[in-house]
Amino acid sequence: MSGATPMLEVENLDVWFGLGRDRVDAVKSASFSVEQGESFGLVGESGSGKSTILRAITGLAPDWSGSLKVAGEPIPRKRPKSFFKKVQMVFQDPYASLHPRQSVDRVLGETLRLHGFSNIDNRVKRLLDDVGLGQAFRFRYPHQLSGGQRQRVAIARALAPEPKLLLLDEPTSALDVSVQAEILNLLADLRAEHGLTYLMVSHDLSVVGHMCNRLAVMKDGEIVEILSVEDLRTRNARHEYSRHLLDASL
Amino acid sequence: MADPLLDVEDLWVRFPSRHGTFDAVRGVSFTLGRERLGIVGESGSGKSMTGRAILRLIRPPGQVEAKHVLLDGENLLEKSERDMRAVRGQRISMVMQDPKFSLNPVMTIGAQIIEAYRLHSKASKSAAYTKAIEMLEAVSIRDPERVMRAYPHEMSGGMGQRIMIAMMLIPNPEILIADEPTSALDVSVQRQVLDIMDKLVKERGMGLIFISHDLNLVADFCDRVLIMYSGRIVEVCDADKLQEAKHPYTRGLLNSLPHLDAPRERLDVLKREDEWALAPSVSGRI
Ligand SMILES: Nc1ncnc2c1ncn2[C@@H]1O[C@H](COP(=O)(O)OP(=O)(O)OP(=O)(O)O)[C@@H](O)[C@H]1O
Ligand SMILES: Nc1ncnc2c1ncn2[C@@H]1O[C@H](COP(=O)(O)OP(=O)(O)OP(=O)(O)O)[C@@H](O)[C@H]1O
Ligand SMILES: [Mg+2]
Ligand SMILES: [Mg+2]
Repeated sequence: MSGATPMLEVENLDVWFGLGRDRVDAVKSASFSVEQGESFGLVGESGSGKSTILRAITGLAPDWSGSLKVAGEPIPRKRPKSFFKKVQMVFQDPYASLHPRQSVDRVLGETLRLHGFSNIDNRVKRLLDDVGLGQAFRFRYPHQLSGGQRQRVAIARALAPEPKLLLLDEPTSALDVSVQAEILNLLADLRAEHGLTYLMVSHDLSVVGHMCNRLAVMKDGEIVEILSVEDLRTRNARHEYSRHLLDASL
Repeated sequence: MADPLLDVEDLWVRFPSRHGTFDAVRGVSFTLGRERLGIVGESGSGKSMTGRAILRLIRPPGQVEAKHVLLDGENLLEKSERDMRAVRGQRISMVMQDPKFSLNPVMTIGAQIIEAYRLHSKASKSAAYTKAIEMLEAVSIRDPERVMRAYPHEMSGGMGQRIMIAMMLIPNPEILIADEPTSALDVSVQRQVLDIMDKLVKERGMGLIFISHDLNLVADFCDRVLIMYSGRIVEVCDADKLQEAKHPYTRGLLNSLPHLDAPRERLDVLKREDEWALAPSVSGRI
């Protein structure tokens, strides 16, 4: 892998919200890079800025500074449509991320159409099968789905444009362990088949251990340490907070 | 055991549609004492619908039916909608699986907590403010003053969950139904939130229904566990015996977990058997 341009480079990223006494410095000079085909984890305290990093990359956090590059190209301030063909995100909150009045068929169909695909009908079918939902769910609305079923629709939507880089925010925390296993296997297969790159937030260290090659530990807006999966398994962390995190999750 | 707080018998939740009726919950029976009762099971197995049905929060056309749902001996199914409103939030609180969805998006967090608190107590505004800050600190929110002024969309996933828990605990309910309350929390914050609930069960005799996907967490935290599949209870066990569960479905769930110390190429997935859905629901009554 060495020598090739990384899929994602994040350098000195600062992200902030609000003004005055309500200003939150959600991410403070974060730097890391993710190789092509790598799966990189983000773990850490609740509220430490993990989702904010993903949101900054996709353009959902307007106030940021630093450098963000995808496949060597700086990300433009205003993300063009072509950006979302390469980079897709699965949101942490499967309830908020689906439009309540759009059926599963419409969500997936429109995403496919937006990205210029033909043969929509077959592709929708395949996407539903890929995420283990099947055709019975095709014409349902979000309120007719359980939490885990919604999350699978959200994953299917992110896969629809066949992106290169997937940003996954707690992709399986709303899923039961068996569906989690199916989704993690699916994500592993997709990565192997299509050379996808993942940046994945999870609070579950065994999920991160299973999926990722490396991970960054965050606390209070900062990346305190970057670990390899071997470090994680052997609980070989230097920073006090990462040690605490590893000890607490046996 | 003393009389249970809650006694549910033969609970059904049905969704009629043009293509026939879908039964999301099929004849579930259990009791809840002053204990931590876990409900686990795969996605779509009817866990949330069971919780919502107790509070009669199933939206039409969905229907709830049961022999009875007794709260301290009173059948909730026979209460008027007005009486139910007094039960909800006051006697039985529910932390919904979709925390941000249950908060009002155009009202600050502070205004919502204070309003919820003053609905149940005659406290002054400033006393309610102090109480709200106290509750936010109790769930490990670091900058409670800022959070009081903020709107729901400005909260992280785990902060939303903790705010909901704080709000639900303020009225001091007899029963708390917590639907995936800690699924977005890192282990250390999760511990703190669990400790709060634990204290309420032990010190105030609250009954807790704890719905979760996290088998290890439930095994560690709860007293008893109901395992649901396809709208039914397929197995009931003591939480500390969950690892020894017998039902092939429960075994399948346990085997699909990734383990840090035993890395595998692929995770086992469940092979569902038709007969699991056909067997009658196991009773979770004591
Ligand atoms: N739109 C916003 N406006 C104001 N503050 C925000 C906004 N979005 C996030 N924040 C703040 O930024 C901080 C980091 O939030 P973020 O969602 O990145 O945390 P997280 O690490 O993903 O946490 P969790 O694990 O709980 O999801 C929090 O203090 C949050 O309140
Ligand atoms: N309005 C509705 N119309 C039809 N079916 C519905 C409706 N609401 C829920 N269901 C179905 O009821 C079943 C049970 O849903 P429930 O939300 O209780 O699942 P759950 O066990 O909580 O799952 P999860 O772990 O994914 O949250 C699911 O198969 C769901 O698709
Ligand atoms: Mg988050
Ligand atoms: Mg649910």
